[in-house]
Amino acid sequence: MATLKEVETKIGAVKKTKQITKAMNMVATSKLRGAQQKMDAFRPYALKFAEVLGSLAEKAGEEASPLLIPREEVKKIHVILCTSDRGLCAGFNTHLTSMAQKFAKEKSEQNIEVVFTAFGKKGRNWCRKNGFPILGEHLGIVGAKFGFNIASVSGQKAVDGFLDEEYDEVYIIYSEFISMARQTPEMQQLLPILPIESGEKKAEDEETPYLAEHICEPSTNELLGDMLPRHVYVQLYGALLETSTSEHAARMTAMDNATKACDDMVESLSLAYNKARQAGITAALMDIVGGAEALKG
Amino acid sequence: MAGNIRLEVVTPEASVVSEDAQIVVAPGILGEFGVLIGHTPFLTTLKLGAIRYKTADGVEKQVFISSGFAEALPDKVTVLAESAERRRDIDVERVKQAIKRAQERLASKKPDINYERARAALARALHRLKLAETRR
Repeated sequence: MATLKEVETKIGAVKKTKQITKAMNMVATSKLRGAQQKMDAFRPYALKFAEVLGSLAEKAGEEASPLLIPREEVKKIHVILCTSDRGLCAGFNTHLTSMAQKFAKEKSEQNIEVVFTAFGKKGRNWCRKNGFPILGEHLGIVGAKFGFNIASVSGQKAVDGFLDEEYDEVYIIYSEFISMARQTPEMQQLLPILPIESGEKKAEDEETPYLAEHICEPSTNELLGDMLPRHVYVQLYGALLETSTSEHAARMTAMDNATKACDDMVESLSLAYNKARQAGITAALMDIVGGAEALKG
Repeated sequence: MAGNIRLEVVTPEASVVSEDAQIVVAPGILGEFGVLIGHTPFLTTLKLGAIRYKTADGVEKQVFISSGFAEALPDKVTVLAESAERRRDIDVERVKQAIKRAQERLASKKPDINYERARAALARALHRLKLAETRR
């Protein structure tokens, strides 16, 4: 049985921890709100972009841009891994890195080299630990404030590397924000650009049939060639936003659980404390009664 | 001219303009073009420059944009730009700093800088400044 003093110290420590987790929860909540606003602000652009690109892609052929053509032999793959800079967000980063691990294993069995660009410290450390070559690292972006230029600069690098045949495919691993309670790791192929789906467009086309009759300047193919690299930036930016939002949501949930766990601990410790105190009082009373009896006699 | 055309300027970070306009003039890659209501569906890449438009009550306004593209429909013009700033939002001090920074970078002749980007940054900043200094 722990002594009274020990239990008291433990309770104090747990209460302090609770204050910290609670504060971190609140910080994550407010950051999450900011990240969600950014996602909302990005949505109109992304939607319009996809719409225009979809209608263009229907008309243009594969020869419009080398970014559309799959390589016959894939020797090297570039993976952009988005993780957070900081921990304390439950399994968030582990989910992402284990997805990367699985993918890298699968590819290396086929004798394909895998290189990484890491967004976020956790992902970079993981690459280092596992000995994967790192093409570039970007810290202090995910989960913080960042602009579209980050995505366009590193997107440009990925596109250039692809065009220079440094690697034959580019993938991105990020965390999709589904709801406050659910964020799932996702993987997407960035390059070569997959045939752009026009599935969603079909329903829309009925309302806006003129979309197919755009006059294009300069030409359809040139326009498409100009838009495709941007399509990569847009996807990258979207993925970074999703990852940031997911990180904050994951941390919020983790910290909420931690706060609750602290409450539980304080409760059970208090019980132990009271029991020990009661035992102490009982023992003291026994002493007094015993002493009094002895004096009487 | 009957009616106004809707102008939307969106960037990945925010929707900058959403307003009815009598006329919109934008810097297309093959030359500046004007859009009135009832325009044929039209799609073009845009150059660095300013979009000028006249609001429904006749006020002339300008928005600085760096590369992007525009889609004109009979009742709507949508501009997708990587960055956009209304003229009154341009911070002259910041722009001047950006010019200085870009010039220093171009002059420094270090091997590790990206000339392409520095030059683009300088062009953007100079354009912004020009736009900000046309009558306020």
